[in-house]
Amino acid sequence: MSGYVRETEAPELPAPAFVKGPVHWIRENLFPNWWNSILTLVSLYIGYLLFSSVIDFALISAVFTGDSGKSCIRESGGHVGACWPFIWAKFDQFIYGRYPLAERWRVDVVYLVGMAALIPALMPALPFKKWNVLFLLIVYPVMTFFLLVGGSFGLEPVETSLWGGLLVTLVVAVTGIVASLPIGIILALGRRSSMPTARFVSIIFIEFWRGVPLITVLFMSSVMFPLLLPEGVNFDKLLRALVGVALFSAAYMAEVVRGGLQAIPRGQYEGAQALGLSYWKMMGLIVLPQALKLVIPGIVNTFIGLFKDTTLVMIIGLFDLLGIVQLNFTDPKWISPVTSHTGYLFAAAIFWMFCFSMSRYSIYMENRLHTGHKR
Amino acid sequence: MASITEKSDSEDTAKVALWNNPKARALVFQVLLIGLILWSGWYMYSNLQANLERQNIASGFGFLNTTAGFGIIQALVPYSETSTFGTVFIVGLLNTILVSVIGIFFATMLGFLLGISRLSHNWVISKLATVYIETLRNIPLLLQIFFWYFAVLRSVPGKRDKWSLLDSFHLNIMGFHAPKPIFEAGSSFVVYAVIAGIIASFFIKRWSTKRQMETGQTFPVLWTSLGLIIGIPLVVFFAMGMPMHLDYALFKDTGSRLRQGFQAGHGMVLIPEFLALLLALSMYTATFIAEIVRAGILAVSHGQTEAASALGLRSGMTLRLVVIPQALRVIIPPLTSQYLNLIKNSSLAVAIAYPDLVSVFAGTTLNQTGQAVEIIIMTMLVYLFLSLVTSMFMNWYNAHMALVDR
Repeated sequence: MSGYVRETEAPELPAPAFVKGPVHWIRENLFPNWWNSILTLVSLYIGYLLFSSVIDFALISAVFTGDSGKSCIRESGGHVGACWPFIWAKFDQFIYGRYPLAERWRVDVVYLVGMAALIPALMPALPFKKWNVLFLLIVYPVMTFFLLVGGSFGLEPVETSLWGGLLVTLVVAVTGIVASLPIGIILALGRRSSMPTARFVSIIFIEFWRGVPLITVLFMSSVMFPLLLPEGVNFDKLLRALVGVALFSAAYMAEVVRGGLQAIPRGQYEGAQALGLSYWKMMGLIVLPQALKLVIPGIVNTFIGLFKDTTLVMIIGLFDLLGIVQLNFTDPKWISPVTSHTGYLFAAAIFWMFCFSMSRYSIYMENRLHTGHKR
Repeated sequence: MASITEKSDSEDTAKVALWNNPKARALVFQVLLIGLILWSGWYMYSNLQANLERQNIASGFGFLNTTAGFGIIQALVPYSETSTFGTVFIVGLLNTILVSVIGIFFATMLGFLLGISRLSHNWVISKLATVYIETLRNIPLLLQIFFWYFAVLRSVPGKRDKWSLLDSFHLNIMGFHAPKPIFEAGSSFVVYAVIAGIIASFFIKRWSTKRQMETGQTFPVLWTSLGLIIGIPLVVFFAMGMPMHLDYALFKDTGSRLRQGFQAGHGMVLIPEFLALLLALSMYTATFIAEIVRAGILAVSHGQTEAASALGLRSGMTLRLVVIPQALRVIIPPLTSQYLNLIKNSSLAVAIAYPDLVSVFAGTTLNQTGQAVEIIIMTMLVYLFLSLVTSMFMNWYNAHMALVDR
């Protein structure tokens, strides 16, 4: 009888190709039934068209060398890709605007110190977070102000009308977010306050700024503000725009912070009160540190929105990155049919890099912060 | 026990100095806050009066009755250069509402499509949707508007040339030309038939829900309603002898060179400013709506779908009766804020001179009259009002869809 019982294991056979491996994957994910197969083929074709036309425009038919718009025009009138020499020639303008050549090192210092302070602040593993963030929020803005504006410490004054390009984009976005944080916190506390007047004022303020478009705010700051100030007092155009942007983003920031305040369990407030802490000590030492940490992703998202919205300042006549790119299309030396396409592609790539990396960071922080808080 | 607490309470209040009493402090703080607001309001008002007097700017709303004297390229109400600034306001407002409503429609369609595509099991489709969403939502809207307007719609054929589709839709630098339906006498009956169909479908829906609750029998409401709303008006349309014709755009490529191109007064034309703004607004907002839709569908737990199929519901019914109603509860509040964003973003029209409220009123009118305060306040109030109306409507819809606790 024993001859009928198998004593050794049968050798393992590989799984059939149609239940495992690439063939199975393709069948399951791309061609499960006839209409999905059609959809797959159609989307593959659309994807191919998009991808190939971008590659063709940016690389294959693109012009890489030249010294004027003429190099980007084919005599035969044929198809031309991106006009990259336009970007090379104007690159400094796109980064610094019309900031005086001799003073551009100051902008570089601001960029470098900013990066050197920001990168460790973004990495949760590194120590001295508190000092790092305080430096970024207090010392760095003051330093930037004195370096960029000049007029003290033996630095040449540089008018803000000469600023432009990425510099203005970053100045508006960063000032907006740094200034809106304290105002936003005050407003969020006001909206949750037990004092009816403070609550009412905060609600009106927040809902007003959230209900109007940024353009009207910028128009207001550029044409209406000067009428409300006493005679002789005159603000710089950039500063007026900054005030508008800061008030506008403060309202959005207030709602983000309020979300964080609401997420802190009641026990924390009660515990702080039981210890005999005053309102400001309770908020400053117990509630806000936890709430602000919780809303870091929200703050980053507000910043992304603000960063994209800085392009609007060109409508009131400031030259941010998009504004200066747009301005350079009118340079007679560089007129060609593809100049504007190239400029927009370049500006879009810069904005995309900033916003995409920030949104990745916000997702990363969200995943990190969620541990332990999810119930 | 109660008497002890009472006693200690009264003792406390007696001991605490006035400046340490929370109620007194709150009162003082609020009085200070009101005082500060009133003072700054008065301060700005007096500065404003002085500045207006010094610069010789009129105040008040009298300017709304003066003649504007400039042309507007797209007006939904009769407008000419002799119209008043008040009419300019109406024209701008209507243009803003027009582009917002159509933009909301397309953004919603595209957003739902993209959101569902991103969740698709089909790898190519989901990746294509992901690339679209991640690219467009990280590029500023203004840049996209410029791209469509200056890069795309300026690269189409010139005034005396065109691209055509089916010989009735044309695109050139003057805009998009399409046939315009012209209604003749008798077409009003078709409209009445549509209205009657909608009312009848409403009652059929109520009746069928009631019957289903009582007896469990279902009734094909969708097909009946479609028949009533589309079928009967079609019958009426043909019975009345087709009281509508299409007015095609007229293109001339012969004759004097100056007269060549599309002729005015024929067909319907969408100006390039409108097209660029609409394309950019709906494609940009769609990326945000797609993410909201995706989050909403993911929020419906898998157990719901499994329970539905355990009850024997087909996949279409599962989607329609179980998944979508629950997903909508998650989707609607953030969707509302995207709609509000779209309305507010339509003000970017000013950058490409689409004649919206900001462009013709806060732009041109302000430049001509100099009455910054009145104009900016009116513009802001309009946007606040539009936001209020939209969020009230969406709140009503949300309450309608919300979970009813039984």
